[in-house]
Amino acid sequence: MNTAITSRYVAEYDALAPTLPGQSLLWLQQLRRNALAKFSANGFPSPREEEWRYTNVSAIEKKLFTPSLNQLSNQVDANWLKTQQLADAWSVVLINGYFSIEYSQLEGLPESIVIMSIADALVKKSPLVESYAGQAVNHQEHGFVAFNTAYFTDGVLVHVPAKQVLTKPIQLLHIVTQADAMATTRTVILVDELAEAQVIETFVGLDNSYLTDAVTEVFVGKAAYLTLTKMQIESEKAYHFGGTYVRQAKDARFTHHNFAFGGLLARCDIHTDLDQASECELNGLYLGVKRQHIDNHTRINHLKPHAISREMYKGVLDDRAKGVFQGRVIVAEDAQKTDSQMNNRNLLLSDDAEADTKPQLEIYADDVKCGHGVTVGQLDEKSIFYLQSRCVDEETARNMLTFAFANEMVDKIKIKSLHDKVLEQVLVRFPQEGVEKDWL
Amino acid sequence: MLSIKDLTVNVGDKQILKGINLEIKAGEIHAIMGPNGSGKSTLSHVLSGKAGYEVTGGSVMYQGKDLLDMAPEIRAREGVFLAFQYPVEIPGVSNIYLLKAALNAIRKHHGLSEVDAMDFLTLVKHKVKLLEMDEKFLYRAVNEGFSGGEKKRNEILQMAILEPKLCILDETDSGLDIDALKVVAEGVNSLRSENRGFLMITHYQRLLDYIKPDYVHVLANGKIVKSGGAELALELEEKGYGWLEGQVAA
Ligand SMILES: Nc1ncnc2c1ncn2[C@@H]1O[C@H](COP(=O)(O)OP(=O)(O)O)[C@@H](O)[C@H]1O
Ligand SMILES: [Mg+2]
Repeated sequence: MNTAITSRYVAEYDALAPTLPGQSLLWLQQLRRNALAKFSANGFPSPREEEWRYTNVSAIEKKLFTPSLNQLSNQVDANWLKTQQLADAWSVVLINGYFSIEYSQLEGLPESIVIMSIADALVKKSPLVESYAGQAVNHQEHGFVAFNTAYFTDGVLVHVPAKQVLTKPIQLLHIVTQADAMATTRTVILVDELAEAQVIETFVGLDNSYLTDAVTEVFVGKAAYLTLTKMQIESEKAYHFGGTYVRQAKDARFTHHNFAFGGLLARCDIHTDLDQASECELNGLYLGVKRQHIDNHTRINHLKPHAISREMYKGVLDDRAKGVFQGRVIVAEDAQKTDSQMNNRNLLLSDDAEADTKPQLEIYADDVKCGHGVTVGQLDEKSIFYLQSRCVDEETARNMLTFAFANEMVDKIKIKSLHDKVLEQVLVRFPQEGVEKDWL
Repeated sequence: MLSIKDLTVNVGDKQILKGINLEIKAGEIHAIMGPNGSGKSTLSHVLSGKAGYEVTGGSVMYQGKDLLDMAPEIRAREGVFLAFQYPVEIPGVSNIYLLKAALNAIRKHHGLSEVDAMDFLTLVKHKVKLLEMDEKFLYRAVNEGFSGGEKKRNEILQMAILEPKLCILDETDSGLDIDALKVVAEGVNSLRSENRGFLMITHYQRLLDYIKPDYVHVLANGKIVKSGGAELALELEEKGYGWLEGQVAA
């Protein structure tokens, strides 16, 4: 929907355009102009769109978020930043939507591996960016992808060439320090044939209202294996719109862990296209407290035969929080022997919390094994009484059961430092009186 | 140690317990036998404080205190332990974690410091051996995916570690094969002591072959209709419950 605020963003675009990277690249100019036209015509998504039924984004139209013109790294407390970096990872930092070389930790990174600012890659006319940017997702997808395509200021290009197996994970740390800022980043991750990598995207910010619109395009080559973790712990006043769009080649494996904990309003799209005999595992955990609204959308496209998809999303919602899960599995006519399982489980901790869940299976092949299950429920009173009968007070019993429910997803993380970080974030959101960190 | 007087209990509008009187002294083993639906589990639940039961009359005193006034976890910390007829599965909470949480809650209740980690492991492993269980069970989620017999054994393991004063066993024998029954009985017998009381609920006399009760009570239709010594169990085994239920109706 075109609104007054849409028009204001569009009106300011011409002034902003010269500061955006890739000015000399015709293909990118064209892409940005098309995306802007799409945004200008349709604006941000409206609840009338089926994929946005449960999520009304009109709150972001109350003010104009302004792109920061540089990274303002002087606003970052280096000690605080260190606490956000994973000790055993190569990490790069993006501040207010700009790559900051100053805080990057890339010592020992093999020379063949590329981890660089996407703005730099554009300046250097990297053929990789031209070949891949905009290929896993089109700006027609929805308003935030269009907006991101028109406005992205920077991002990261990650390239793991064929047969390279990375010994350490790569962390892309996105930080927003400025009030009312918008951070629009485009990231491209390429993991070529037979390569293996683990990448973590962390989104965090100071205690301000701001807008993150991040798009990540991922290409997992033949028989390659990528584990991607998204840790969204934005400020509780922030708006987060993030999309991860994945293309999996033959025999490729892709595991995604999506921890959606932060933001006043947060929406995450995870789409993956599966080629023959490829496998994807989508894990998600969303925690909502106070008035948070957390929306997760997944789309798994089984395009070719023999691919496997496994999906488990869990939500814990307290206070007046609202969680949304829309999971689509589409099995093309050609995708015989598809094996797909999708699950969504929601735990409501208060009468005012809400979970909307909508699994959708669209199956056009006839020889497939597809299942799905959803639940929305409260803590089991029988379990609470059992724990009480074992000396545990009621509040601790509730905490233990809540924590155990969420911990199933945390436990799937194999990287110790990341596991502990995520665990810490769970414990911050649900104070676990009586629950010890060395959970056995 | 436990004194139940004229206890009447409703579930909804339905009266389930119709005036129970029972005295258990430290060191005694009491068995309650009775047909299905007579109110045995209801009694065990009311004693341990489960919600959903309305006490409409009578009293329960435990070690001189009003038991019915205490929250379930306080009863447990004060030494009341119920081995459930149907133990609950708790996914995601490991056995050993729960055991430690429970033991520390008891210690805190009595003004003691937390149990030393090494001492705790030693104690737990010793009891695991006593119940002929695999140590791996300790690290599995509470009762999750356990067979019926494993669940019952796990209840007795918890009991052996927490060392309660009043042990209530609700049909611990059902679902156990004869070997498992012997192991469980040994576990229970090892806990017999002059400052501990037992209330063993059972449908069959089988368990009582291995754990000899001091008193046997017959519960039928919400009332204790007959009490006697260990020999009463044998009589019931022979005659069934029919002749006693008749007495209630009359
Ligand atoms: N929650 C409940 N709601 C309704 N009736 C119940 C409930 N719990 C027990 N009862 C009834 O109370 C009676 C006694 O049940 P219970 O104590 O489980 O018997 P027992 O353990 O001796 O087999 C039965 O008639 C049963 O149907
Ligand atoms: Mg029973």
